Amino acid sequence: MEINLNEQLSQYSLLIVYASMALLAVSFLLSTLHMAQTASAKTESESEQAEGDVLVKTKTESKLMSTASLWVMGAATLLLGIAVTMRGIAAQRVPWANMYEFAISSALVILMIYLMSLYLKEVHFIAPLVSGFSLISLGAATSLFYVEVSTMMPALQSYWLVLHVIVAVLATSFFYIGAALHITYLIRKASWSQGDSNAFQRIFSHFPSAETLDRFAYRFIIIGFVMWSFTLIAGAIWAERAWNRFWGWDTKEVWTFIIWVLYAGYLHAKATRGWTGTRAAYLGLVGFAAVLFNFTIVNLFFEGLHVYSGL
Amino acid sequence: MTSYRPSDYEMTREERELEQAPKRTKFGVQGWLRWMWRQLTSMRTALILLLLLAVASVPGSVYPQRSADPNGVRLQFDENPELAEVLDSLQLFDVYTSVWFSAIYILLFISLIGCVVPRTQVHWRAMISRPVKTPPNLKRMSAFETQPGGQEELQEAAKILKKQGYRVDLREDSVSAEKGYLKETGNLIFHYALIAVLIAVGVGGGNSYIGQRVLVEGDMFVNNLASYDSFSPGTFYDENSLYPFSMRLDDFQVTYDLRNPANVGTPIDFKASVTVFDENGESQDEVKVNQPLELPGTGIYLMGNGFAPIITVRDGDGRIAFSGPVVFLPQDGNMTSLGVIKAPDANPSQIGLISFFYPTAEQLPSGAYTSIYPDAFEPLLTMNAYVGDLGLDDGVPRNVYALDVTDLTEVAGRDADNPGLELRPGESAEIPGGYGSVSFDGLTRYAAFDIAHNPGGFWILLSSMIALAGLIASLLIPRRRVWVKAVADEKIEIAALARGDDPRLEDVVSDLGKKLAGGKIGD
Repeated sequence: MEINLNEQLSQYSLLIVYASMALLAVSFLLSTLHMAQTASAKTESESEQAEGDVLVKTKTESKLMSTASLWVMGAATLLLGIAVTMRGIAAQRVPWANMYEFAISSALVILMIYLMSLYLKEVHFIAPLVSGFSLISLGAATSLFYVEVSTMMPALQSYWLVLHVIVAVLATSFFYIGAALHITYLIRKASWSQGDSNAFQRIFSHFPSAETLDRFAYRFIIIGFVMWSFTLIAGAIWAERAWNRFWGWDTKEVWTFIIWVLYAGYLHAKATRGWTGTRAAYLGLVGFAAVLFNFTIVNLFFEGLHVYSGL
Repeated sequence: MTSYRPSDYEMTREERELEQAPKRTKFGVQGWLRWMWRQLTSMRTALILLLLLAVASVPGSVYPQRSADPNGVRLQFDENPELAEVLDSLQLFDVYTSVWFSAIYILLFISLIGCVVPRTQVHWRAMISRPVKTPPNLKRMSAFETQPGGQEELQEAAKILKKQGYRVDLREDSVSAEKGYLKETGNLIFHYALIAVLIAVGVGGGNSYIGQRVLVEGDMFVNNLASYDSFSPGTFYDENSLYPFSMRLDDFQVTYDLRNPANVGTPIDFKASVTVFDENGESQDEVKVNQPLELPGTGIYLMGNGFAPIITVRDGDGRIAFSGPVVFLPQDGNMTSLGVIKAPDANPSQIGLISFFYPTAEQLPSGAYTSIYPDAFEPLLTMNAYVGDLGLDDGVPRNVYALDVTDLTEVAGRDADNPGLELRPGESAEIPGGYGSVSFDGLTRYAAFDIAHNPGGFWILLSSMIALAGLIASLLIPRRRVWVKAVADEKIEIAALARGDDPRLEDVVSDLGKKLAGGKIGD
């Protein structure tokens, strides 16, 4: 077993991650600017209704801004994809064996899934939440979780690492987009966001209806839930190979279970009279909070067998 | 009476009658029982129990659990015995077998059965009966269109829908169609499979066993109860059914990373080469992390490893009081290891040694040693020597990895008149005071194995795969009803209704509309 780590390549990979972060910041700004413009667009339509062309002009500008923000996000995703691939080549294995790598891979997958879902659904309005969250993840990864490429301990040398972790990354990404939609849904439904009296309310009046947002969130979460179930099963099979028990209530296993149960609760809430709507949405958000907790607090501060943060 | 059934739940006739029955003010015992049962099996109760289960799982990740981390529990008792007592009485060190945790999941599963069994009856009846009667007012459905057409279009619609996999019922002036029964089938299968998982875990766990054994290179393990360092069988495990085999650890190899400067010394491979003797004769094999050795009804897993220096202790009379490899427990990443040697038969006094092993020793300015590399390049043993009563004769079982020094006198070491002993391979040293001598004769490695059997594994895997398939069907297959009705003025109405989430409902209606209109042009 000869592994040649390429530290220089991993340094270049880190540089490209930084470049991708810069582009994400630009994309974030453009999409928030677009929102600000949608707020003023309506003002103009009220005060200068006669001047139809001004309105049209603002609308085109605003549309342009939104399109540009998505293209920049696409470029950032491409760069991040290159960076993650380079990291994998530098380490000569899949790039998700420690916290840093998990974070950059997750950010990449969130961006990819979001960009792909733009083809299927009208979800461009959560662009700032997607670029913003990816930016925060990458920021935390590069500043708090960064570790140099290292050889992998024997416990991780298994093809289950490829499957178990990538499906966890995918599930996390679907859960995040679901959570972003739920946040938007809760704001859209709140009474203070209704109406036309301030810029904030005008921004949200351009969003799809609350019901649509809720439905979109549900669709992302069910896919995430199926994948999370798979991760749980794959993890149990791996644990049985490595630790001779498929389930041992290790801290990470406990939290994987808690997340699964919370989202199962969310799905039941969606079918329980009196629990649909806002209550279910809050439950979905609690589920995602547990995902974040599992990745950060449990990884860094809890003891257990899954000590792979590399920190 | 409010019902917390899911909004798309179809009630059985009895339930409908019960719901519609006038409220009775007096409940008999039976009435109360029925009321409690209905409460328990309601969707809202299931939801609350799920949330309770999530919350009840949390303490198990906060406090050390006896099953996963027995040392952590011991530490809690050492550091704060009073608090540990209280936590223990609340079963916080055994969360997942505690009364309160068990109560929640048992209630959850009763609620699940109570919910799923009636739903199965309802679903069965729905599958063998005709699709529902066309509702009188189609305009109220979530997808609705109207276009010119008549009886001819009804026939055509029935054909198209049948081809699309709907169950179709052509009535006098309307078509009623439904598809996606697999959604509810998947949902029910998922829940039944969960019950199967629970049963497999319970039965499998009862028939399982796990044992530990440490083997020094050259040691032979014979699979019987006496050979295990520790052995924990499940409740129903028959200890006579151990698979008869022996295993010798021939060689234990650790590969370190020497190529990548930042990682020098990181182990990249552990390999135990073994010879197995069983009814099929003798065979060479290897056990690695993530790669257990599988024998019929037994799995052998590599769990740990370390150094076992070969040490000989001679007593004051020059007779050998102890000789052999000693298992040293690793204390850090560079394999600084701690070992204990007891020589109860020595004369004139029993001898105890507490020893540190440094595979690649380096002396610190303070004079103490440290290991700077995990492989044995510059091996060194340091020892503190004790004489007196080892406490082995009063029949109380003692930990072989610890030395109780209360009745012992330190004759060499930091707190004694003489400095601790230092030995390199091949060297020997006198124990001060004429108590004898120690020699470091060689170095071997040892491996710690878990030998385990879990017959439930296959069934758990099978049930969870079925559960996953059911889950996918129940979440992703849409269930919808479509109606086409001929109305006055040579028109037809097309409507559809989804049960649960259905992203394509409106497309279904407009597609059908277009097909029916297109068919007309084609004629």
